Amino acid sequence: MKQRFFSLGRLAALLLKEFIQMRRDRITFGMMLGVPLMQLVLFGYAINSDPKYLPAALVTTSQDHYTRAMVSALELTDYYRFNHVVGSAAEAEALMASGAVAFIVTIPADFSRKVDRGEKAQILIEADATDPSVASGAISTLGTVANQALTRERGITPAEAEAEGGLDVVVHRRYNPEGLSQYNIVPGLLGVILQMTMVMMTSIALTRERERGTMENLLAMPASPLEIMLGKILPYFVIGAVQVAVVLTTAGLLFGIPFVGDMSLLLFAVFIFVMALVLLGYTISTIAKTQMQAMQLTFFFFLPSILLSGFMFPFRGMPQWAQWLGEIFPLTHFLRVIRAVMLKGADLPAVAFETGILALFILIYAAIALMRFRRTLD
Amino acid sequence: MHAIDVHDLVKSFGDKTVVDHVSMTVDTGEIVGFLGPNGSGKTTTIRLMCGLLTADEGHGQVLGYDLITEQLKIKREVGYMTQRFSFYEDLTIAENLAFVARLYQLRPAKEHVDRTLEDLGLTTRRNQLAGTLSGGWKQRLALAACIMHKPRLLLLDEPTAGVDPKARRDFWDEIHRLAADGLTVLVSTHYMDEAERCHRISYISYGKMLAGGTVAEVVRDAGLTTFVIEGPDLDRLAREIERLPGVEQVAPFGATLHVVGSDGQALGTTLEEIGRRPGVTVAHGETSLEDVFIQFMGDATDNMS
Repeated sequence: MKQRFFSLGRLAALLLKEFIQMRRDRITFGMMLGVPLMQLVLFGYAINSDPKYLPAALVTTSQDHYTRAMVSALELTDYYRFNHVVGSAAEAEALMASGAVAFIVTIPADFSRKVDRGEKAQILIEADATDPSVASGAISTLGTVANQALTRERGITPAEAEAEGGLDVVVHRRYNPEGLSQYNIVPGLLGVILQMTMVMMTSIALTRERERGTMENLLAMPASPLEIMLGKILPYFVIGAVQVAVVLTTAGLLFGIPFVGDMSLLLFAVFIFVMALVLLGYTISTIAKTQMQAMQLTFFFFLPSILLSGFMFPFRGMPQWAQWLGEIFPLTHFLRVIRAVMLKGADLPAVAFETGILALFILIYAAIALMRFRRTLD
Repeated sequence: MHAIDVHDLVKSFGDKTVVDHVSMTVDTGEIVGFLGPNGSGKTTTIRLMCGLLTADEGHGQVLGYDLITEQLKIKREVGYMTQRFSFYEDLTIAENLAFVARLYQLRPAKEHVDRTLEDLGLTTRRNQLAGTLSGGWKQRLALAACIMHKPRLLLLDEPTAGVDPKARRDFWDEIHRLAADGLTVLVSTHYMDEAERCHRISYISYGKMLAGGTVAEVVRDAGLTTFVIEGPDLDRLAREIERLPGVEQVAPFGATLHVVGSDGQALGTTLEEIGRRPGVTVAHGETSLEDVFIQFMGDATDNMS
């Protein structure tokens, strides 16, 4: 038979084989459908760069009608939700450091007296600017809204208010006065980089042994599941430590990110986080059958964790369901800890809860991994 | 004491029973050959015995340890050589050996590694990557690694597949040396000459143990009659004989035909007639182990389909 340069029949044979293999590999097939769907839903519904209903603390000593008018006017903008009313600045400070509130609105004790006298009254609004995009919308509407509310409450015309000099709204961008987005991104990157390398490297830990046929030999020798697990994950601790050193040094040298917190507390949190990550990777490697599948599962995990953790988009901008979903990723909790410690100088009690959750991930992943790991080939 | 003493082992994967009530006893110091067609359950049976798989049913002891509850103790005293080379190809020879020595907690590890390298004659190549070794050397390395911790039982799963005849001969000499020192060996193989070098053989087919004993016993118990035919145009004669009563196997061996059947009388009558043809001679032949196995394979029902 004449050998032609191109044969449709041969091409059909290759195509058919390719489709059969695609169908056999369920995980890959699932990824091909799952990833676009997930991206569509997350980008379409969950992500919102103009977050509303942000938690705020009100610092006030009086409950007069001007204060109430001011609070309700701010809430009507949909940006603020006052869920903490405290008497002292120190209390509010602690709330912001732990990340419980994004704003502190301080109405001074002499506020109503000054308003009644027609003097220039002041309110202070402090915004958590570690994520500059969170605060920008809320801050931009502020001055107008507050002035209008006050004018209405006093029953004077805007022109009269204008003549008096109106209300002085003082805005402080806390932790990041210049509103630099690097302050938010760079510490977050440490979490993302660690997640990327730690999970990816450990996710192929067992699948590589299985694919190369060395697993059978390893299991026939007297090594316990715990020994194998630790032997697989501990080397990546060293790599993680190097990465942490590189990222933190670079953050300071290249980007001038301030480091106001306690270094030992940060390293402690990083330690817990990395432990959770390598165990997660190891868990993936007990599930995946091939290295390829392990990689795909890893990416399937990365995508929502980067989108929903608050790394790329404000966490509080997402709808409630997406926030709940975001809570299941270690990265979400680590980002809160590292931003609090690095930028706000939070102490251990302030980040204890989030660190505790990270530790909980360790227990969960280790339990799953040890349960899934078979000492035998069954 | 028996090194292996297991009864009624059953192992299924899904709805397929791979090992079906297999019993086996092996005495200390014995070399037992484990034979059977591909997919007959040899590998699975061996894995059951070294604790790599857990039996669904059955009971028994390996080296005096309970097969089900004392798998870890069994692992420590068994050497298992897998069918496929399963050491780390990206580690050097010495690194692989050191890894094994440390896992078995052999102290000092360096001394064990050096001695093993010397025995292997690989001292000068200790820093060569294991992946670059030839098939025969990989097999020797694997065996050396398996016996470094001085196991009392050696399980070998088709250890000589893809190895040249000289290396195979050396390998078997080594196995006999080890057995003489009291090591018990269970070795699966497809090669008849290897089966004949075993003290005893066990034949498994589609999960069931069909025969066992010395080679002579297995051949005798099979009760087969074999004739050797010589003459002209053997190919056509073979096709003709195949359909005649009493004939169960016809196989050409060089310039002769081996004809085998379990009903000796019927076969004799049939071939007597053939022998009268001009130029054709029919003589009694010796039944070989291979004839017996082919017979077993033909008889067994295939459970793969």
